[in-house]
Amino acid sequence: MSSEPIVSIQGISKTYASGLQALKKVDLDIRRGEIFALLGPNGAGKTTLISIVCGIVNATTGVVVADGHDIVRDYRAARAKIGLVPQELHTDAFESVIATVTFSRGLFGLAPNPAHVEKVLRDLSLWEKRDSKVMTLSGGMKRRVLIAKALAHEPRILFLDEPTAGVDVELRHDMWQMVRRLRENGTTIILTTHYIEEAEDMADRIGVIRKGELILVEDKAALMKKLGKKQLSLSLQTPLQQIPAELAALPLELSASGDTLTYTFDTQTDETGIAELLRCLGAHGIDFKDLHSSQSSLEDIFVSLVRGAA
Amino acid sequence: MNLYAIRAIYKFEMARTFRTLLESLLSPVLSTSLYFIVFGAAIGARVGSVDGVDYAAFIIPGLLMLPLLNESISNAAFGIYMPKWAGTIFELLSAPVSAFEAVIGYVGAAATKSLMLGTLILITARCFVPYHIEHPFWMAAFLVLTALSFSLFGFIIGLWADSFQRLQVVPMLIMTPLTFLGGAFYSITMLPPLWQKISLFNPIVYLISGMRWSFYGKADVDVAISLAAILGFLALCLGIVWWIFRTGYKLRN
Ligand SMILES: Nc1ncnc2c1ncn2[C@@H]1O[C@H](COP(=O)(O)OP(=O)(O)OP(=O)(O)O)[C@@H](O)[C@H]1O
Ligand SMILES: [Mg+2]
Repeated sequence: MSSEPIVSIQGISKTYASGLQALKKVDLDIRRGEIFALLGPNGAGKTTLISIVCGIVNATTGVVVADGHDIVRDYRAARAKIGLVPQELHTDAFESVIATVTFSRGLFGLAPNPAHVEKVLRDLSLWEKRDSKVMTLSGGMKRRVLIAKALAHEPRILFLDEPTAGVDVELRHDMWQMVRRLRENGTTIILTTHYIEEAEDMADRIGVIRKGELILVEDKAALMKKLGKKQLSLSLQTPLQQIPAELAALPLELSASGDTLTYTFDTQTDETGIAELLRCLGAHGIDFKDLHSSQSSLEDIFVSLVRGAA
Repeated sequence: MNLYAIRAIYKFEMARTFRTLLESLLSPVLSTSLYFIVFGAAIGARVGSVDGVDYAAFIIPGLLMLPLLNESISNAAFGIYMPKWAGTIFELLSAPVSAFEAVIGYVGAAATKSLMLGTLILITARCFVPYHIEHPFWMAAFLVLTALSFSLFGFIIGLWADSFQRLQVVPMLIMTPLTFLGGAFYSITMLPPLWQKISLFNPIVYLISGMRWSFYGKADVDVAISLAAILGFLALCLGIVWWIFRTGYKLRN
């Protein structure tokens, strides 16, 4: 990975004509070749940010540079590199699948290449449907058509705005397969999703946007490690009335029924304190019949982030 | 210059045209035929001739212009309004396409359709009246310039409109009266002096007059003025489109 970002978003703000401020001074660098997941609740500004980079919405302030080209001054070069699969299913009705995909390639300034169009359609299992009118396809199929259109001009940067909304398990699987393939070919991918496990599976880095502010950008692994708390639950042999005073200093919690003790610790530190805990419990004659540990998922992290600062 | 984009847009629009070719050509041809029967044959027999031209022949340039103006506007307006309405415009906005290129594609296709229509109407007219064209080159020039500039005008309306009602308001409320009062069925010299003066503010008068000159060498206003008027209108529309794309007015939020 080159250190030069492939997309550099600097100080982007957006106030819509209605007066609503959808983005507040967002700075974000996307690394070449990575999969970046943008998370955030409904109305956070994800689509607005993507639309600005793709040239569909004008930013109120700020600069975006895509692969070295300013997206306003040098829009031709910038946009030729970018592909977009929009959140909404905006498709032509009467065109055939192959015609609409071929159209996209031409629109982005590339010479016709039936072999490439065929490959894209085959990869998305659309080849059999190539002569069908787009309006006769199901929603999931239309989503594939939009993906095919976005890939028709071989973009180096691909934006996927909620690609898996309303998509069945199989297509979702195929889609992630395809995203991985694209990444292997060096395509940079920026996606938004509400399925956090997807981000957890797919992304190299994660950004969280809330009320128009980018509140966090982090390597996924580091994020999980940093914010991921582990919990150790102990089912007690005999219920306790209360936590013994000697143990009060430890991060222990007793369930209401008094039969489960929960110990919370950080995965980041080398010294988890578990050995010490178990020694103490033994010393006080507290026996347990079962134990299990759990790690908070990205979903927990996300929910606590979005709620916490709300 | 993104030639592939121009070609893609043009092909896309022409495919749309050919999908609905029969409907969209049939109705103007039908109404033109009705005009010929009513005005040319029935009324024309009594009117005799205007400016030394048989009345049925006299109305041909006007009858050619009426559907040409209307179809150019509505076809081009629809062509750009539909993607806005359906949301598919996002692709055009995100593509490396300049305003100029988009206009060539969309307006070129709309004008092509208008020219097809114009040709068809000339053929239809032939079935009723054995007319003769004095200045075929200028006739073709007026035909092309009118198709282009009014397709461009329609394109602007399509960009501006944010409802189907608005899309139809300009053709209905502005174009219909202007074309009917534009001298398609009469020479403005037949009007009382005051109305003659008022007519000179109607741009359609210049178009129809210019077209009639190219047919019969007779015009209400000097043909140079007609030519200047249509070129001026073309330039004005080009300016407005350029401004719309530069500012993103009604296109980009
Ligand atoms: N064209 C518009 N005019 C005015 N306000 C808009 C427009 N488009 C979006 N907004 C507002 O901007 C804010 C951000 O919207 P945006 O679509 O970017 O959110 P999002 O993060 O993509 O949400 P979701 O997860 O629901 O897709 C919202 O409050 C929305 O109502
Ligand atoms: Mg969105």
